Amino acid sequence: MLKRTPFYDFHLSHGARMVDFAGWEMPIMYRSIIDEHEQTRKSGSIFDVSHMGRVHFTGKDAARFLNHICTRNFADQKVGQSRYSLVCNEAGGVLDDVIVSRDQKNWIVVCNASNREKLMKHFVEQRRAGGFDFDMSDQTEATGMVALQGPKVIERLSGVLPVDLKEMKRYHFETTSIMLIKFTVFRSGYTGEDGVEIILPAKMAAMAMKFIGGSMDKESATIKPAGLGARDTLRLEAGMPLYGHELTETIDPISAGLGWAVDLTKEFVGVEALRAIKEKSPARKLVGLELEGKRIARQGMPVKHGESVVGEITSGTFGPTVQKSIAMAYVDANSAAEGTQLSVDLKGTLNPAKVVKLPFYKRPS
Amino acid sequence: MSAPSDRKYLSTHEWHKLNGDTVTLGITNIAADELTDITYVALPKVGEKITAGGRFGEIESVKATSDLYSGVSGTITAVNEELTKNPGLVNTDPFEAGWMVKIKATNAAAEMDKLLAADAYEKQAGH
Repeated sequence: MLKRTPFYDFHLSHGARMVDFAGWEMPIMYRSIIDEHEQTRKSGSIFDVSHMGRVHFTGKDAARFLNHICTRNFADQKVGQSRYSLVCNEAGGVLDDVIVSRDQKNWIVVCNASNREKLMKHFVEQRRAGGFDFDMSDQTEATGMVALQGPKVIERLSGVLPVDLKEMKRYHFETTSIMLIKFTVFRSGYTGEDGVEIILPAKMAAMAMKFIGGSMDKESATIKPAGLGARDTLRLEAGMPLYGHELTETIDPISAGLGWAVDLTKEFVGVEALRAIKEKSPARKLVGLELEGKRIARQGMPVKHGESVVGEITSGTFGPTVQKSIAMAYVDANSAAEGTQLSVDLKGTLNPAKVVKLPFYKRPS
Repeated sequence: MSAPSDRKYLSTHEWHKLNGDTVTLGITNIAADELTDITYVALPKVGEKITAGGRFGEIESVKATSDLYSGVSGTITAVNEELTKNPGLVNTDPFEAGWMVKIKATNAAAEMDKLLAADAYEKQAGH
């Protein structure tokens, strides 16, 4: 039986096509992936991201524990701040990428839906092994979560939520109440656009959707619903990694270009392996590729430099905004320099591709 | 939109419309919907020989790449050049403007006979 988010009825009534995503029945699209992509870039979209895990940590050792299992240092993190981090295994491979937020009483960890059970097990094991004293509570099914993304989102929500969004910095958050409904509003997202992510109680979520999104059915609506299909093309243009593609248990964050989220001066699970990788400098690197023509590179396709295979595609699509065939790939470090001419083996046909700087798309500032 | 009864189908979602000894091929609305926004259609060259059950091209969407199969044998006599400029025609009008190739068939009657009728195709596709 697939799990349903509090917005299930909303999806059906807006014509969503539903798919199984990590055990959840989620909307892949409502109108068309390209239409939803463009709506996000030019105005705004609302995405149901309730399938993502939300776990609360409280108690004496909560902060020390998170610092023990995450690559990022939270020691100087203030209440109201969020930080992107990796959770690694002993070999430095990525178990998940998460956002850790510090609230008045809790630390909130938002993780990938596909990794929630694995992470909960990891947390329990690590707590036992290290003798940490804290409480952990999985709030995923008690809450809902939406992402509102796009250039017009902050303006629209400023009149709706009692939070000074214009003053709120990126990777900060605030908790507020409207009619006894508790909203936790984060200035963050996964599309390359400005916007917010909001956690709210599951029981009130469906009601709140209308209130947050406004009238979403009109052709000219500022905010329209968008599905996981557009979420993927948007994050890919923005050069953001997706777990299961750019990040896996056999890929380390240094090779993934996420060294900025790893503090090698502190002790945490996987630190020794990561120090060794950093010392030698990684053998392969995550790069952006721009393909000539309109063919699309898919996950697993070989990448060649001359005659030799030097890497593998992790994600690819035709970028609706950049209007180019784009991909991310892991390639040998000596083939990773910007401008290097490579090719992608599209089932026997070699398609020229050039290493380019990530991201493919940057929002106008 | 339902599958027109004036043509025959493969379970891999290609439709085949016979006119004289020429068969026009495309994909169904079910396949086009499943693929989502189509970004590229790779078609053969005029004059290429195609065998029943063989591949005649590939179709790409933002989500996936899929092979295109023919249920009839023969020689390609025309390809839909419009799809180069506007591959989205396959999404908006899969049974008419979104056609892909025309094949001068060598054994049309017998081969068309083996393909699925519209209702059998829809049943198999779960619609």
